[in-house]
Amino acid sequence: MIRIEGLRKTFHTQGGPVTAVDGVDLTVAEGQVFGVVGRSGAGKSTLLRCVNLLERPDEGRVTVDGVELSALREDRLRRARRGIGMIHQHFALLDSRTAAGNVSFALEVMGVPRRERAARVDELLDLVGLTDRAGAYPTQLSGGQKQRVGIARALASRPRVLLSDEATSALDPDTTGAILSLLRGLTRRLGLTILLITHEMDVVKRLCDAVAVMREGRFVESGPVVKLINQPGSQLARDIFPLGPVPTVPGHALFDVTLAGPAGDAAFVSGLTRRHDLDVRIVAGAVEQLAATRAGRLRIALPQTAPGLADALRELRTAGLGVEPAR
Amino acid sequence: MIAPDLLDLLWQGLGETAYMVGVATLLSGAGGLLIGVLLVLTDRGGLLAAPPLNTLLGLIVNIGRSLPFIILLVAIIPFTRAVVGTTIGTTAAIVPLTVSAIPFYARIVETAIREVGRDVVDAARAMGASRRQIIAKVLLREARPGLVAGLTITVVALIGYSAMAGVVGGGGLGDLALRYGYQRFEDDLMVGTVVLLIVVVQIVQMLGDRIARRLSHR
Repeated sequence: MIRIEGLRKTFHTQGGPVTAVDGVDLTVAEGQVFGVVGRSGAGKSTLLRCVNLLERPDEGRVTVDGVELSALREDRLRRARRGIGMIHQHFALLDSRTAAGNVSFALEVMGVPRRERAARVDELLDLVGLTDRAGAYPTQLSGGQKQRVGIARALASRPRVLLSDEATSALDPDTTGAILSLLRGLTRRLGLTILLITHEMDVVKRLCDAVAVMREGRFVESGPVVKLINQPGSQLARDIFPLGPVPTVPGHALFDVTLAGPAGDAAFVSGLTRRHDLDVRIVAGAVEQLAATRAGRLRIALPQTAPGLADALRELRTAGLGVEPAR
Repeated sequence: MIAPDLLDLLWQGLGETAYMVGVATLLSGAGGLLIGVLLVLTDRGGLLAAPPLNTLLGLIVNIGRSLPFIILLVAIIPFTRAVVGTTIGTTAAIVPLTVSAIPFYARIVETAIREVGRDVVDAARAMGASRRQIIAKVLLREARPGLVAGLTITVVALIGYSAMAGVVGGGGLGDLALRYGYQRFEDDLMVGTVVLLIVVVQIVQMLGDRIARRLSHR
């Protein structure tokens, strides 16, 4: 649905050239929610803005729904952008219009006749659960309500693709949860494909099927969430399930075990005890239901001198669990 | 007590001021809006980025802003003659008033439009809005409270400038206060004129504030 090839974008600032996106390739399949995570300044925002050509890339190709946007001239591009909804971190609503007026604006831009607009606005506000606030101005709305207006507006053109620029970063955790549920529901109901950027691991957990970790303009890890979490040394796994500093447990060796996908359901702790006569201590851990799978990481302490240790570790790896010395 | 003929004078002066300021406001409002919008659009990174044009426009506006009104009044006499066919009288005074108010209002318009967030413009672009739609439905509409407040300031400034219109026989309240009140020591007329000017300015400011407040939903 979205294909990006060899994307590069350099900004010429007063402090010299800054390469925000440095050769990114990316494919988002239809119906998939793809998250790009990374610190601020990693180039996520520029990458996203290149997808609907708000920013024109210096190199590379951007194809959305079979149309190569990066090859289009301004007038054709304008029409193509209507097939791509976008939601913004700070909502970007028009202060001079009510919630309904903001949604209507998107329809006006497309040239929908006045008569049809009202009904469509009602429909869209209903979709995001904001019918009762239709007449309120943005300043009278809470952050979550503003983002609902933003989402309704982005869906006005019945887009098949939604771009989300840190859509929940300005919201409190409860509201973030509600907005993520809404987005999750909408992807299913409307068959949306979503490309989002975020620095919040919660968004990845609750929404994403696939994810890429971006650093200094490049993807350092990328793939389905389950696969990435399982990858040895995965930065994503450590970010999603942080286990804190490694403690010292006298006489024990510490290991971080990653559980993701079917392998994660195995009863491995009791298995270690029964088959290898090992006492297992859990030092730290986090296991959660993600959008894509149940996954987690456990930090366990095993007796250093136990004869069964090497066999036990081998067995865990064979079972499909990620096992690494704790760090 | 003000004598009836003085009341007539005041009434006439008020009419002349209203005429000069009214027409100058309409013209400079339109001109200032146009130039103000162009100043924003042609700026680096603007919707119609043209830095050289922007610099030139900014220079012209600054020149207009830096000339003292009384100098401008005299300096553009040939231009005034070309536009309205005469260089004296109330109508002739409208030309320099307008010429000086256009750059004044243009800068205010520019500032008001720059207040509109970049993210809102990006959102409109992402929706596939054309430049024209962005200018009309986003920039100008969102900036309306600031534009109205700025126009109020411009009207008040025009009322002040119009006092100098007497130099070219423009008449008006300010001229009345200067010639009858100050130069002929008719204190009651001067006081009457000044009070009237204060009332007019007060009404203009109140009206402007009220409209701006109604338009603002911040």
